[in-house]
Amino acid sequence: MGLFLAGNELAESFMIRGVYKLPFKFLGSDIWITTTAISSWLITLIILIFGIVVGSKFRKAKEIPTGLQNFIEMAIEALNGMADSILGSNRNRFINYIGTIFIFILTCNLSGFIGMRAPTADYGTTFCLGVFTFAIVQFQGIKNHGVGHFTGLFQPLPVLFPINLIGEFANPISISLRLFANLLSGVIMLGLWYGMVPLLGRIAVPSFLHAYLDLFSGCIQTYVFCMLTMVYVNDKL
Amino acid sequence: MENGITGQAFIYGCSAIGAGLALIAGIGPGVGQGIAAGYGASAVGRNPGAKSDITSTMLLGQAVAETTGLYGLVVAIILMFVKPFNM
Repeated sequence: MGLFLAGNELAESFMIRGVYKLPFKFLGSDIWITTTAISSWLITLIILIFGIVVGSKFRKAKEIPTGLQNFIEMAIEALNGMADSILGSNRNRFINYIGTIFIFILTCNLSGFIGMRAPTADYGTTFCLGVFTFAIVQFQGIKNHGVGHFTGLFQPLPVLFPINLIGEFANPISISLRLFANLLSGVIMLGLWYGMVPLLGRIAVPSFLHAYLDLFSGCIQTYVFCMLTMVYVNDKL
Repeated sequence: MENGITGQAFIYGCSAIGAGLALIAGIGPGVGQGIAAGYGASAVGRNPGAKSDITSTMLLGQAVAETTGLYGLVVAIILMFVKPFNM
């Protein structure tokens, strides 16, 4: 028992915590409002306010952009360029979804900077994103290939059906686990750092750790999630 | 049990050893990412004009190669903190 006592106290600093217990039960189990739920609500609120501000700004958009308009146009162009490189002429059909998850995941990943536990470091969030991707991929496959989407599983040999089926279901699991594990490793590293070093050591080094684990890793993983979603969708077009 | 080690402590100790062994999975992605970065650098050296394309392809490949190492990390974290083998 004593072996893991330190580990348990340390684990308190980076595990998901329940904040408020709802007064009813669902399917016989308690429902908790966790830190993940609260921080994802806050992030949704931030994105909503940002969207309203940008929307009111663009209602009186100028011919020669300045300030915020300039930044937004640059970001949209970068997003369109990213989608263009994979989807090509089909870009306009998917840019809404890709852009939405890009902004959401990026804001989630960077929320570690303002002291929140990133919602994407909870498997519940990333698994939902993976399921969305899976649903879109399957829908596009059925829409574009019809019955061929299912008979394609028996290609090139019928014996390979189980492997093809596993390959199809492994996609959402692997992209969601990749995002989750990257963010979780960042949260654990920072939790260990803040939990173990004395007070003086907490000032300088975490800025480097935050820059690598939150900023670099978070941006790369956002990019990779969106790229892989587009690659999977593009396979079914 | 003998020597005063309880069954629970024995399971915790074995879980910790298993978590350490699971992180051997980190070797593969390290080698793979290094190879990808090396070829990316040599490609930029040969064709500096295609730098942005090469970088994005390299990062995508590295992130996919990283997955197996992250599976090892997830297994280790589950063994250490979720404790699936509690008595």
